[in-house]
Amino acid sequence: MTKITIEAGRSERHYWKDIWRYRELFYFLAWRDILVRYKQTIIGVAWAIIRPLLTMLVFTVVFGKLAKLPSDAGAPYPIMVFAAMQPCSHAAMLPWQFFATAFAEAGNSLLSNSAMISKVYFPRLVIPTSAVIVSFVDFLISFSILVALMIWYQFIPDIRILMLPIFILIAFATSLGAGLWIASLNVRYRDFRYIIPFVVQMGLYISPVGFSSSIVPNQWSLLYSLNPMVGVIDGFRWAIIGGDYQIYWSRFELSLLIMTILLTGGIYYFRKTEKTFADVL
Amino acid sequence: MQMCFNMSAIKIENLSKKYIIGHQKQERYTALRDVLMHKMRGIGQRLRHPLSPNREEINIEEFWALKDISLKIQQGDRVGIIGRNGAGKSTLLKVLSRITEPTNGKIHLNGRVASLLEVGTGFHPELSGRENIYLNDAILGMGRNEIKRKFDEIVDFSGVEKFLDTPVKRYSSGMYVRLAFAVAAHLEPEILVVDEVLAVGDAQFQKKCLGKMELAGKEERTVLFVSHNMAAVTSLCQRGILLDSGRIEYDGSTSIGIVQYYSDSSGSPSFLYTSQSKMIGDQSAELVSACIENHLGETSAEIDITKSSNITMQYRILSENKSSIAVPNFHFYTSDGVCAFISSPKNLKAYS
Repeated sequence: MTKITIEAGRSERHYWKDIWRYRELFYFLAWRDILVRYKQTIIGVAWAIIRPLLTMLVFTVVFGKLAKLPSDAGAPYPIMVFAAMQPCSHAAMLPWQFFATAFAEAGNSLLSNSAMISKVYFPRLVIPTSAVIVSFVDFLISFSILVALMIWYQFIPDIRILMLPIFILIAFATSLGAGLWIASLNVRYRDFRYIIPFVVQMGLYISPVGFSSSIVPNQWSLLYSLNPMVGVIDGFRWAIIGGDYQIYWSRFELSLLIMTILLTGGIYYFRKTEKTFADVL
Repeated sequence: MQMCFNMSAIKIENLSKKYIIGHQKQERYTALRDVLMHKMRGIGQRLRHPLSPNREEINIEEFWALKDISLKIQQGDRVGIIGRNGAGKSTLLKVLSRITEPTNGKIHLNGRVASLLEVGTGFHPELSGRENIYLNDAILGMGRNEIKRKFDEIVDFSGVEKFLDTPVKRYSSGMYVRLAFAVAAHLEPEILVVDEVLAVGDAQFQKKCLGKMELAGKEERTVLFVSHNMAAVTSLCQRGILLDSGRIEYDGSTSIGIVQYYSDSSGSPSFLYTSQSKMIGDQSAELVSACIENHLGETSAEIDITKSSNITMQYRILSENKSSIAVPNFHFYTSDGVCAFISSPKNLKAYS
């Protein structure tokens, strides 16, 4: 029989065991959020594909065609409206889109599930994490579109593509880390509700989504790489596009370091404030 | 199971829970701006009046929702927790079910706790009944296989088979509650914690729920039940715990606990009306004072129902109409507000 001792400041001991016990809740909460999204829609799950397709179209037209920002490795692809979706910019947009939605969803997840938090016990870490998982599902759908595009253009990636799972993992960890911070801060200081869309908007411009990292002058390199998404996005390009595309490994390492700090700090801060969620919400 | 006999399922030692109130007057949540502002102002004040007490500290008020609670509950006990609003019942349940942390003290729990502090926690209005059963069960800590095994039973208990694929937002409130309780009732934890949730639902369903909880007790599960419905508490629980402002006022048999609860809350056994506005009565007569006297002739809030007692009431007759007759009769209500009986005098005396 399970024995539990409840005492101030001693919830640690069961916590990770509890996460394991509630592992199915990750799935159920993610399942709920995805299910709810397409309720009472006519075309249902088709939205899951149409949404990223439309965003991608807008991005390529705005950045690739109108702004004529240089794309790397020459990306030799037919230039028609539909074909303007160069895998190049798409490759950058994927991780960014993932980060942006995961960050926003996770940040608001505790507030939108406040009724549950004040009435039932379960490790609270489940809530923001499953918000990130929902965004990850979206990411996978978009990713399959990218794969379809690559097949369409008969684009054969080189061996570097095998590194992609590592970059996906880093993207996940970064999103979770940032999401945990913002989620726990949002419980106490609702100001962060307004900071979230701002961060997402700004992040798009300071991350190499619409442009290539190579246009950033070297003297700004350090500051620029403090954004953990730089390493992730560059890594994605490097792994997918291949060819002469080069990654700045020093920048990448810095991003990796920031990511680690973000995630461990996020988990620590979340765990520290978690006990008071039910009282503050 | 042999080993489990006579083992305490719940052991609480000097449990206290403190809330800080008063420092957030209008808003339930703090804004970062306010925190910064307060900090700045605090520093500013420190500089100007280094000896004056911090203004911040004056604003903060401590509130002990629970104070030094010590309890031992045996496995298989069905315990009713009663007390007035704000006595700390819900806080106790929240601490027990690990929703909030205690400030001081310890709780030892033997077994899995399932708490039902609200029906339909985590129900999503857009999802169908079927989907909500899965979701709700997962939130309450059930595994997928366990849910699948009990699914039919849950549906059967709730009686909403026909509407399983309808979004619950289109359910009537009764159907909603029935489904929600059915889900929770099929949890099989060693310790079941139930807050006032039976107030909803019709009498028949309430009976069904009580039956389910009684069964849980018979299966050697420990049940903690909070309710203002004294009839439900009496029929379900062998032991009653009366809480008052965060402390245990009484711990023992349910019926004595309930008597204490009422003697606490009934207030003064005698009263005298003085202000004109508060008078009870109409244009012909007004109540001036009333008191209850026990068989010894003392004014008392408690009376022994096997002995005779007196109720004395004083009226001021206002009506000039000499032909009107005052017939004293008393309506006796149970705690639930049901009229039990009406007294009428044997020999009607007419006053003129």
